[in-house]
Amino acid sequence: MVTLRVNGQTHELDVDPQMPLLWAIRENLKLTGTKFGCGVAQCGACTVHLDGNPIRSCVTPVAAAAGRNVTTIEGIGSDNGLHPVQEAWIAEQVPQCGYCQSGQVMAAVALLASNAVPDDDAIDAAMKGNICRCGMYGRIRSAIKRAANPQLAEAVETFDPAAATEEMRHG
Amino acid sequence: MGKWTRRAFISAGVVAGGALLVGVSIRPGKRHQGMAGLVAEDGETLVNAYVKIDVDNHVTAIIPHSEMGQGAQTALTQMLADELDAEWSSVSFMEAPAEDDYANWALGKGYLAGDADVPESLVPSLDGAFMAIASAMHMQITGGSLSVRTTGVTGMRVAGAAAREMLVTAAAEAWGVPPSEITTRNSHLIHEASGRDATYAEFAAAAGEMTPPRSPALKTPDQFRLMGKSVARRDIPSKVDGTAAFGIDADVPGMKYAAIIGAPVFGAEVASVDAAAAEAMAGVDRIVTLDNAVAVVADGYWRASQALSKVKVQWTSTPNDGLDSDAIFAQFDRDLDAARAGGESTADVEQGDVAGAFSGADQIVEATYRVPWLAHTCMEPMNATARVEDGTCEIWVGSQNPLGYRYEIAAALEMEVENVVLHQHFMGGGFGRRATPDTAIQAARIAREIGAPVKLIWSREEDVRHDLYRPAVMSKFRAALDPNGAVTGWENVYHEKHEPVEAPTIPYAVAAQHIHHTASPTHVPFGAWRSVDHSQHGFFTESFIDEVAVAAGRDPYEYRRELLADDPRRLAVLDMAAEKAGWGERLGPNQGRGIAIQSSFGSIVAQVVDVTVTDGKLSVDRIVCVADCGFAVSPNGLTAQMESGANYGLTAALYGNIEIEQGAVKQSNFHDYEAVRMDVSPRVETYILNSGEAWGGAGEPGTPGIAPALANAVFQATGLRIRELPFKLHDLRSPVETDEVELTG
Repeated sequence: MVTLRVNGQTHELDVDPQMPLLWAIRENLKLTGTKFGCGVAQCGACTVHLDGNPIRSCVTPVAAAAGRNVTTIEGIGSDNGLHPVQEAWIAEQVPQCGYCQSGQVMAAVALLASNAVPDDDAIDAAMKGNICRCGMYGRIRSAIKRAANPQLAEAVETFDPAAATEEMRHG
Repeated sequence: MGKWTRRAFISAGVVAGGALLVGVSIRPGKRHQGMAGLVAEDGETLVNAYVKIDVDNHVTAIIPHSEMGQGAQTALTQMLADELDAEWSSVSFMEAPAEDDYANWALGKGYLAGDADVPESLVPSLDGAFMAIASAMHMQITGGSLSVRTTGVTGMRVAGAAAREMLVTAAAEAWGVPPSEITTRNSHLIHEASGRDATYAEFAAAAGEMTPPRSPALKTPDQFRLMGKSVARRDIPSKVDGTAAFGIDADVPGMKYAAIIGAPVFGAEVASVDAAAAEAMAGVDRIVTLDNAVAVVADGYWRASQALSKVKVQWTSTPNDGLDSDAIFAQFDRDLDAARAGGESTADVEQGDVAGAFSGADQIVEATYRVPWLAHTCMEPMNATARVEDGTCEIWVGSQNPLGYRYEIAAALEMEVENVVLHQHFMGGGFGRRATPDTAIQAARIAREIGAPVKLIWSREEDVRHDLYRPAVMSKFRAALDPNGAVTGWENVYHEKHEPVEAPTIPYAVAAQHIHHTASPTHVPFGAWRSVDHSQHGFFTESFIDEVAVAAGRDPYEYRRELLADDPRRLAVLDMAAEKAGWGERLGPNQGRGIAIQSSFGSIVAQVVDVTVTDGKLSVDRIVCVADCGFAVSPNGLTAQMESGANYGLTAALYGNIEIEQGAVKQSNFHDYEAVRMDVSPRVETYILNSGEAWGGAGEPGTPGIAPALANAVFQATGLRIRELPFKLHDLRSPVETDEVELTG
């Protein structure tokens, strides 16, 4: 039996202690937001937090996480909604296929926790372990900066038809 | 159902409860049962509806394309909602089921057969490439950058406009006013003179009783309210909170997990299997041998993959067991030379006096280019979940071609296609790879064999080694120049002819041209890879024209300009790219700037790449991209596709290199088949040029120009002409001293 604490909840799992944490999260706990991408810590799709630090769950034995705090993409939002990083991701319209994005968001949340206003070099260093085959790196960079400093973020030109139609009605 | 005729292209009807359905259809008749549950609770049959207006005035767009991040589902919904004048906040979309009724070819089939009255506005659209695609069977494919320019233009807009016109007519009759006095806005019908205002839903039933208009009036761009606006993509929220359901996330009660290894050499099969060690491992359920692969089924994926590593497989030998990349490229070289020497070849273009141009040339420029095989490496490894029981098969998968999957799975299992049900999921990348159902067929066979549901997941190694590859290609060029440096003759021979057929053609005004291809088959399977044949020909032709310009002593941009003098549309794109990039500015030491233009999938894209090469280390600093897709339905969506296409092309140009060793793929995972990452990815600036020409695609046209623009930039920075991709193979330490370079123009 392995005791896992994930997103604040404790689970007793009857699994091989050497099994990577990724599969315990996905198959045993059915938290499928964390993704399998390479199995060898090369792509970052499986990134979760272990005691707040970003780790590659595809190469971390479940035993190494026992008794520690694991946080997944499902666990970062507040009770009221999304984490500011997730809100910035929507504002910048970051995801395309979306498959790598849980890992990207987890890496970005960890970065901002340790460096509130990261510069480009810090973003490169923290994010280069996460591959996005849709190539949305520019948007990820913008979203991290927006999350770090929302009031300085340049407005993204996204049309809101609801607001526009209101204007038409009353104007 | 309402009235509609056999020959109607547009069809409409009312289903139980009073919802209006409007679709683009070519045939009536009993629909497949799978569709009935969609809209008609009492099991009424329906046509291939694209829009449904509910009694609560909610509008649902039914989209026959799948989502892999390209944003097509939102863009298509925008097109429909705009023509319908629907209230955007009460519009939603759903993906059409994988049924024949939604196959894209149906849009053109009636027209082909003379079986339907096609709206006048569509006749010019139903041409060339679209008809070729329409003539193929069972295609519900998302690829070819087709969603907006075919389904959107010929389906969604027409359905939206027709529904709107019928609602107006119904209201006009009820109110006793001329239809021309009724305006529509936010899913409401308004007669200003009398102050009448009704929801669409109030007239849905009456509209459904009408014969649909043959040629509903489509909006002109000045009337667009949603098209041309960057609305937020509807699929994005679920992709930032982990709730988006990809194929790999399917959860079927009682399912087991499978890991698989395919024959390393393409064409080999399983000769023998020693699975004793694997079978003894905890959690292992079964070892399943397919023709050319062996799978382990277990109670979890990790246990299945651990056990698979203990299975000893002997594969049959094939004639290709000893082949490697060098031998295959040597074959290409021989076959191209033979074709040039009068052997068999097929002309793509044969015009003017080519022999005369070369015999009278002042200067002849020659070059040979080559590109390697490329894998797709979608972020989501290939996977499928299957359940086969009682003569039926259910598949949970993300597919670019759900209907085609159903047919091929049915054929593989010798089942009626009606008995194959496909549950479509988001795709974690497609890029052409998810148009082929190989993994889904494996999952179905394993599920049938074990008599239980199974989720089959390919390892990344399996994904890299059993892809369907962008082919390795060699292409040879000669150009004849007159004493003024003008190009008078162009000869090009290559092999690997797929789609689009025009990919190797050049836009430049060269009087004498011979562009031809020959066959040089290999055992490596072909697959459509983002932009397909353009991915190699863009590199070939846009590198070579640069070499010709240099040989002529001319600025590459100015040289292209002159050759495009009679092509104002391309010229405008090229000029805008040069202007935005600052072409002609003085560059710093070790810096270079390269340009390329490529037309593909109905769109024109010009790109300028800036590089710095310091002590042989290549840094890609900036990409400027100008896209003319005719009209950008969603500017932000188009921009995203250009950014994505550029990075996809950059990954291939810098790193992409699948090698064949002993008949098999050598590379295996992201450590040896690398991808561009955050620290390498350059700033991409996209500019949109709405020319108003026929609407083109977005997903692919951003990819082909990157490699040549990069090669042209590196040449300027270093004097090294890279004719073989990828760049990582080359030592870029400059053989010549470079100083500050000044571009003319």
